[in-house]
Formats: sequence, C-alpha cells, structure tokens
Amino acid sequence: MTNVPPAPPDEWLLGFARALRAAGLPITADRERTFLAAVAQVGLGERRDVYWAGRATLTCSPADLERYDQVFTAWFTAGPIGQTRTVPPVHRPPAFQASLEDDATTGEGGTEGDDEVVRARASAQELLRQRDVAALDRIERAQLARMFERLHPVCPVRPARRHVTARSGRVDGPATLREQLRRAGEPGPVRHHRRALRTRRIVLLIDVSGSMSAYADSLLRLAHRFVQTAPRTQVFTMGTRLTHVTRALRERDPDRALVAAGAVVPDWSGGTRLGDVIGAFLDRWGRRGMARGSVVVLFSDGWERSGPEVLGEQMRRLRALAHRVVWVNPHRGKVGYEPIQQGIVAALPHIDDFVAGHSFATFEELIEVVSHA
Amino acid sequence: MLRSMEQAFTSPDDVTATLARTGYLADDALATVTFLATRLSRPILLEGEPGTGKTSLAESLAEALGQKLIRLQCYEGIEATQALYDWDFPRQILHLRAVEAIAGQEHRDPTQLEAELFDERFLLARPVLQAVREAPCVLLIDEIDRADDEFEAFLLEVLSTWQVTIPEVGTITAERPPLVVLTSNRTRELHDALKRRCLYHWIDHPSLTRELQIVRTRLPEISETLAAQVVGLVQRLRGEGELIKPPGVAETLDWSRALEALGASSLDPEIAAATLGAAVKYREDGERVRAMLDRFLAS
Repeated sequence: MTNVPPAPPDEWLLGFARALRAAGLPITADRERTFLAAVAQVGLGERRDVYWAGRATLTCSPADLERYDQVFTAWFTAGPIGQTRTVPPVHRPPAFQASLEDDATTGEGGTEGDDEVVRARASAQELLRQRDVAALDRIERAQLARMFERLHPVCPVRPARRHVTARSGRVDGPATLREQLRRAGEPGPVRHHRRALRTRRIVLLIDVSGSMSAYADSLLRLAHRFVQTAPRTQVFTMGTRLTHVTRALRERDPDRALVAAGAVVPDWSGGTRLGDVIGAFLDRWGRRGMARGSVVVLFSDGWERSGPEVLGEQMRRLRALAHRVVWVNPHRGKVGYEPIQQGIVAALPHIDDFVAGHSFATFEELIEVVSHA
Repeated sequence: MLRSMEQAFTSPDDVTATLARTGYLADDALATVTFLATRLSRPILLEGEPGTGKTSLAESLAEALGQKLIRLQCYEGIEATQALYDWDFPRQILHLRAVEAIAGQEHRDPTQLEAELFDERFLLARPVLQAVREAPCVLLIDEIDRADDEFEAFLLEVLSTWQVTIPEVGTITAERPPLVVLTSNRTRELHDALKRRCLYHWIDHPSLTRELQIVRTRLPEISETLAAQVVGLVQRLRGEGELIKPPGVAETLDWSRALEALGASSLDPEIAAATLGAAVKYREDGERVRAMLDRFLAS
C-alpha cells in the first residue's frame, strides 16, 4: 500500500498491535498493515494522532475501546490521553466473583508444567460438567467459567402473522400478478412466500439472595451467554428488590460483564421477597410487554419471606402473560429433593417446566428446554 | 472542484476546518478517521447512538468537498437490484411494442433489436452503480445493520473491487474510489470481514461545551441562555435520567428550534414540558422527565 516508516518504529508499532491481540482484541495481519499505513499518514509526531489512527484501524466495537485505551496507555507510557470519555470507572468485583487471573497466579498448580495442566483440565471437564457448582473450589470454578463459552443458547421462535417472500414454498398470488403487471402483462417469474418466524423474548429472573449466593456467579455467566447469543434476552436479579442487569451483561467479555453487573445490583446475598419482586417485575416491565408471549425463566430455590399466597398470586399473573414459565431450582437435581418449601408449593401449579440447575450439564438441558419452548 | 480524493485534505486539522465551514463540528478523533479514510481509500464505519451525527457527517463531507452525495438507505430484505442496477422492463416492453407497430414492412435484424433493448437508457442505475460511475463522490450507506447478512457480503465485494459487472453491458470500474461512509445503529453485530475493510469509529454523545458549540453554530438565532439551558438539561438527562432512549444531538437541535419557534428566550418548566416531545420520544421517558424538570431547572 503506502510506504511505511523504517524499521524501529515499525517494530514498535507492530509490538503494540501484538499486545492488543494478547489483550484479546481480534487483530489480524491485514489490520496490522492498515494500522501501519494509517500511522504513516498521520505521522509519529503527535501521540494523539497515533492513538486515533490505531483506534480507527484496530478496534471494531465499543467493547474493544476500553481495552484499547488500557493497552495504549501501557505501551506508549506515561499519562493517559486526554478526552477519552469511553473509559468507564473500574469497579471492584463482589468478593465471591473469583477472577481467572487470580487463580492462574495464586492457584496451587503454579509449579506444574503447562502440558500437565492442559491434560488434566481436558479430562476434568467431563467431571466438572456433572458437579454441583456450589461445591466447586476456586480453581474448578475458574475452569468452569471458561467452559461457558461453549454454550450457545438459541431463541425460541413462533410463526408470525405475516408472510415473507421466499425462493420456494406456497405460491404468492398477488405478488406474481403484480410482477406480471409490472412487465406490461408479459408473464414473469412465479413468486413464493412462507410464514415469517418471530423470535420470542427470553426473560431471566435470577434470585441473588443469601440462599442462592453459591450459584449466583454461574447463573450470571449463563445469563451472559443468553444475552450474547440471543439479543432479545432480558435479565433481572431478584433479592429484596428487582434490578435490570441486561445492559451490564451486553459487555462481550464475561468477567467484565460480571463485574459490571455486580456494580449495578445493590442487594447481593440479602433476603428474598420473591412474590413482591415478581409483582414489581410484572407492574414495571412485564405487563407493558416484556413478559407477553415470552419465555420466562426463574432461577430460585423458593425460599420466600413475603408469604406463599403473594408468590402464588404473582406466579398466576406471570403465567397468564408469558408463553411459558420455566422454574429452575438448583436443589431439584439432588437426591431426596422434595418440593416442600412453601414458595415452591405455591408456585408449582403455575409453572410449565420445573427443571434442575445446579451443574453445567443441567444448564445445557435448560438451554434445550428454552429453545424448544 | 475535482481534486482527487487522496489529496482532498492535507491534515486532520484541515478536515476539522473544512467541515466547520459547513457547520459540522468534528472532534480530533473523527477528523483523524476522515483524513485516514481519504488517504487510504477506505470506507468509514460509524457506529453510535441514534442522533449523534453519523449521517450528517456524510452530508457535510459532500458539501465541504463540493461533491455529490449518493445515499443508499438499507432496510430489511434489501437486494442487489435495489443497490446496484435494474433493467427497466416495462420500458423495454414498450419499446418492443413500438417497434412491432411501426415495423410492418421492413425486416429488422433480431440481434440489433436485442442490442437496442439492453441500451443505457433502459438501465436503472441504483446508488452503488451511480457512485461507481460518478466517482469522485460521497457514498452514504445508511443503517447497514438493518440489511441482511447476504447483502453485507455483496457490499463487501463491491467495496473491495469498486467494479460492477453487468452481463449485457460489461464491467464498469470506478476511476477513483468514492469516499464511503457506512453507518450502523448496532441493532445487529456486523460481520467481521466488512469491519476489517473499514476504519471504525464509535461516535459518543458530545461533551457539554462541544454540544453547546454545535447548537450555537447550527442555530445562531437562538439566545445564549436558552442554548446553555437546553444543552445542560439534555446532558443531565443522558447522564442521570435513566431514559429508554436518551436524546441525541439531533433532538437537542430539534428542541432548541421548537423553543425558538415559540419565542422562548429562556427555559421554564411549563414551556419545557410543553415542548418536551421534540426531545423525548417515549411516553415513560416523558413522564419521568416531567417529574424531574423542576429539580433540574431549579439547580
């Protein structure tokens, strides 16, 4: 393309691109080349110009920008660039959210060779799938966190009222005739159409009260996968109050998304007033359309403070609006479990699917249930 | 003005200055990206909240460069025939009928007749073909996220080769690639291959001082107090209003215009509530903002 400046700055700039790739940005060879060409155009004189040239050529979504800023500051040394308003304040994660980096450096496996770790991990994965996530230690939890990337939840669909043109299918009379008219009466191609498909919205209501705290991390990771692959998903956390966390979970990086969600939710590990909170969801969001015709998934163990009658009544309202109500109970899959908590007893008549949710394998089953709802 | 596109600007600052003459205030980032786009002949991909000036950048660029703006509005189900070219079938039929009617005695060569049918005058040039033929120009491909994946793939092909092949006519190649601006509202993640071709820029809502500058430049007739009040209020709505759809710069301008039309010289709760529809487009948002207006305007 254009001639680039001689070797030293070249290597230096390429090193920057590589550092970005190491930080997880999708940098390809052609992007690197464009970056060099761009810097050659603006010159190396102004740090600001290099910053914007790199940002235009090496990033491709708002989620990349924060990491770009961090790597840029680190690579091109002292002082942050002025007016980069895209960097949100960094929040500390809630204590129970063990991050991957922590485990990698402080874990006991630090002295083992890399190969061994990898092999052990591969064989351990199948076991991990079946284990109760509440019983995992920190290292296993970090391994499991990485497995979530394999989950690809799919939106459930329904046939829409309208038809869409298609290459094959039923003959679309009016469209064929219109086509013929457009051709001044000369016969044209036959047009076809079929029923359009609409995706149903998925609403996830996650109990983050004290009794569920061991599952909250995994459930939010699951919710993150839902938000990432099925964009119409909405996620709320339930504790003493209802919190909308969908926006936080839109962040592509799961660890970052969890930190962001952690910052929004005010009532981690508190009590639950399930009935009231579901009521609040229905009043504020559900009845206005969010629950209508959608698949609502509740993650809770059914421990309830506000009284079973309230919960029963709110579940009835929810059931009347939603297409399907799925209740995920982490204790459901355990030996000897009986649905005897008052909350569950009150809610059971208004539930379509009552499924387990304590291990990775049960999460996969849940995804199946939701996509076929 | 027929400077070639690569030489259109001498530096990012030149971009800022040139655009400012058309009333578009670009910040450093946008100026650099635009400068690079002209130098490297790459399309610009602009993403950002609605109403942050993505489309108006293309309009201002065209105006500043004195070139024609060709716009392709994308929508769900858009096809190549709407972007590239189509044959005007009814007119071709009409032509045939006309030939039939007058031909009677003389026998014409069928090959010549067919050649006549696929003449330039029956060719309907759609935006992309138009841009290829009329380059240098500015091609705005608006709201690309609304089109389907297949259309994106098709665009990718045109954007990388800048030639269009029409079987009956031949291959048309752009002498100089036009300056392309793609905009997306991020309702859908674009394909990585398309993003790789482009220079990416995320347009944020402007800062208070810049937004004030924009209002003052675009609407010189409104009073300084009013502009400051409106911009201050809109900025607070974005920050702490928790609205379903926070107002963009376009809404700020609309609202200022509305207030100006009513002859207001400063903002008071009543007139703000009455004209709120210009800035806030959801009923829930409207209720929320009305409830906050007193507090916002008092402080």
